Amino acid sequence: MKLAGNELNLSGVVACIDRDNIDTDQIIPTEYLKSIKKYGFEDYLFDGWRYLDEGKLGITKDQREINPNFILNQEPFNKASILLTRDNFGCGSSREHAVWALRDFGIKVVIASSFGDIFYNNCFKNGVLPIRLEKNQIEELFKTLSGEVSELSVDLDSKKISHKKHELYDFKVEDNLLERIIFGLDDVDMTLKYKDKIIAFEQARRKEKPWIFAND
Amino acid sequence: MPKTLYDKLWEEHHITTLESSESLIYIDRQYLHEVTSPQAFEGLTKKGLLPWRINANIATPDHNVPTERGKSFGAENIKDEISKIQVVELDKNCNKFGIKQFDITSINQGIVHVIGPELGYTLPGMTIVCGDSHTSTHGAFGCLAMGIGTSEVEHVLATQTLKVSKLKNMRVKFDGIPKEGVTSKDIVLYLIRTIGTAGGNGHAIEFAGSYIESISMEARMTICNMSIEAGAKVGLIAPDSITFNYVKKHSQLSDEDFDNAMTHWKSLVSDEGALFDKEINIDVSKIKPQVTWGTSPEMVVDFDQDIPNLDSVINENKRNFELAKKYMGIEENQKVTDLKFDKVFIGSCTNSRIEDLREAAKAVEGKKVSKDIIEAIVVPGSGLVKEQAESEGLNIIFENAGFIWRDPGCSMCLGMNPDQLKPYERCASTSNRNFEGRQGNLGRTHLMSPLMAALTAVNGKIVDPS
Ligand code: SF4
Repeated sequence: MKLAGNELNLSGVVACIDRDNIDTDQIIPTEYLKSIKKYGFEDYLFDGWRYLDEGKLGITKDQREINPNFILNQEPFNKASILLTRDNFGCGSSREHAVWALRDFGIKVVIASSFGDIFYNNCFKNGVLPIRLEKNQIEELFKTLSGEVSELSVDLDSKKISHKKHELYDFKVEDNLLERIIFGLDDVDMTLKYKDKIIAFEQARRKEKPWIFAND
Repeated sequence: MPKTLYDKLWEEHHITTLESSESLIYIDRQYLHEVTSPQAFEGLTKKGLLPWRINANIATPDHNVPTERGKSFGAENIKDEISKIQVVELDKNCNKFGIKQFDITSINQGIVHVIGPELGYTLPGMTIVCGDSHTSTHGAFGCLAMGIGTSEVEHVLATQTLKVSKLKNMRVKFDGIPKEGVTSKDIVLYLIRTIGTAGGNGHAIEFAGSYIESISMEARMTICNMSIEAGAKVGLIAPDSITFNYVKKHSQLSDEDFDNAMTHWKSLVSDEGALFDKEINIDVSKIKPQVTWGTSPEMVVDFDQDIPNLDSVINENKRNFELAKKYMGIEENQKVTDLKFDKVFIGSCTNSRIEDLREAAKAVEGKKVSKDIIEAIVVPGSGLVKEQAESEGLNIIFENAGFIWRDPGCSMCLGMNPDQLKPYERCASTSNRNFEGRQGNLGRTHLMSPLMAALTAVNGKIVDPS
C-alpha cells in the first residue's frame, strides 16, 4: 500500500512554531482519540492553539471559532507542508493520531533539534519525515525564515535542505527508514518475510522458558 | 564483556538484524486498550491476518470508561456516544479474535498498567508492549517494556515481533534515605526536573541504588511509569527478592515453572563493570516534596520554593516559561503554596495502587476536604485495588472526609471521559502529565504525590507535609 506517495524533493511553505517540548496532547488533544478511524484528523491539528472554542470529534473547522493569531490559520501557512520547531517535539503520549493529524493537514516534514522517541518512530509509518538538526542550525533557520514567507526544499536523495536554491544543511536519516517514506512500504509485509525465523525463535523460547507461555 | 540488564533483555529477545541498525525482537506480551487498538485490528482484518499468538494479548478498557458506574453498568450504558463506540469496538474485536479481555463489567478491569502486574501477566524478563507510553511501568519487574504506536500494535498482533533499533544505556542511581513525607513520586519528579523531559531520549534508563532496593513494587512502578516523562520509553529495575515475592503472590505460575523461572530471573542484573552511556547519581535524602508549576513535567519546584522569575531564567527558556506561566495563571513572585486549588485527583497509572491510597487515606483520616475545593476524587486503578481498599475501610475514610470514591479507570488523568477540569480550574493531581489541556480544555494541572494531593484537599492549598 502506498501511504506516502512522496516525491524525492519536498518543497513547501514552512510554518515556524517557536516552542520546546511540544507534546502530542498539543498536536492533537485527547478528545479526538475517540475516533476509530485512521484518517480525517486535519481539522484537529494543534486544536488548543488553532481555535478559541472547545472542539468535539466530528465538528469541522468552519463551525469553530478560529484563533487568527495562530500561524496555521494565516495565509500561506495554512498550506504549510514543513514545520520548524525546537527541542523534543512529539514528547508525551504514544498516540499515532498526532502523526495522522500532521499528515492529514499536509505536513510532510518536521524539523526540530530532537523528537520524542515514540513519535519519531510513528512518523516513518505514515509518510512524515522527521529531521533532526543541531540546536545552532535550528536557531539559524528560525532567523533565516523569520519575518518572511519562506519555502524550504528538502531533498530526500541527497539529504540536503535548501533555501532559495542555496544548500543550507545536510541531514541524517537511515536509508531504510527513508525508503519506507518514499515507497510507502508496509512493515507487516516486510516482517512476514522472516516468518520462518520467527517461528523457530518462538519454538525455542517456548521450550526454554515455558513460563512465558503459561497461559497459552 | 560485562552487560547491562537492558543488553541482556535485548539479546534474549533478538531474532534477527535487519537492514541498517534495526532488529526484529520477539514480544512476549501485548496489552490492549480501547483507544489505540481499533485501527490496528482494522489493519489486521484488511490484510486478512489473524493474531500471531492470541494468548500473548490481554485487553481492558480504561481511558474512556466513566468512573461513576455502580453495579451492572455495561458498555451500552456509556452516555457519550463516541466513547461508547470505542469500548464496544474493543468488545467486538476481542470476541472476534478470541483475545482475553477484562471488560467494563469485570472485577479485574482497570488501568491497563495496574491490572497487568496485579493479575500476574507481567513477569520479569518479558518484552511487553502496549499502545500507550506508560507501558514503561512494567519495567519495574525487570521487563523490557515500552509504549508503541498503533501501526506497531498491528505489527505485534500480526507478527509477534517489533522492529526497533537498540537504545543506549543510562543508569540513574538513587541512594540514601528520603525525608519523611517524601515518596517515590517526589523522587521521580526530582529526576525529571534534573535531567529534563528530553534527558532520557534514545536511552533505556535503569534505576538502581540503595533507595530503589529498599522500596516496594508499587513505588518502583511509580518511578518506571514516569521514565517516559524523562524522555525514555524504557525504564528498568533489576528484579530482586521484593519482585519475586510480588510475582509469587500475583502470578498463576505452577511451582515448577516459578522455580525454573527464578533461576533465570536472578541473572537479570547489570554485570559489575557494565558500561552505561550516561550515569546520574542522586542523593534522595536531600529531596523535598516536589510539585510542578508549569505545563511540562520538568517545570518542578520544591513545594516551598519560589517559582522561577522570568528575569532569572536563561534566555533559551524564557519563552517557554512565559507561556507556561500565562497558561497556568501564575504571577511573578508567586510560590506554589500561594495558589488556591479547585479540584483534587488521586488516581492514574502513576499513583492509584493500594499503597498510594493507604498513604492518602492516612493523611486525611478524621479531617475534612476544604470548603474551597469543589471536588476531590479518589479513583482506584483497578477493581481489585478498589476491593482491597474497601476491605481496609479506606473508602469510608475518604468519604467521611468528603472525597468522592469512584470506579476504576484513567479518569481525570486525561480529558476523554466525564471526569474533566473546566477552563481555568486548578487541580492537585497524582497523574503524570501537566500538559496544556491534558485534564480538560484550559485546565491547570499541578503534579504531586498522593500524600501532597491529599493534604492539598484538606487545606485548599499546598502545605508542608511534615
Ligand atoms: S492513567 Fe493516564 S497516563 Fe495512565 S494509561 Fe490512563 S490516561 Fe494514560
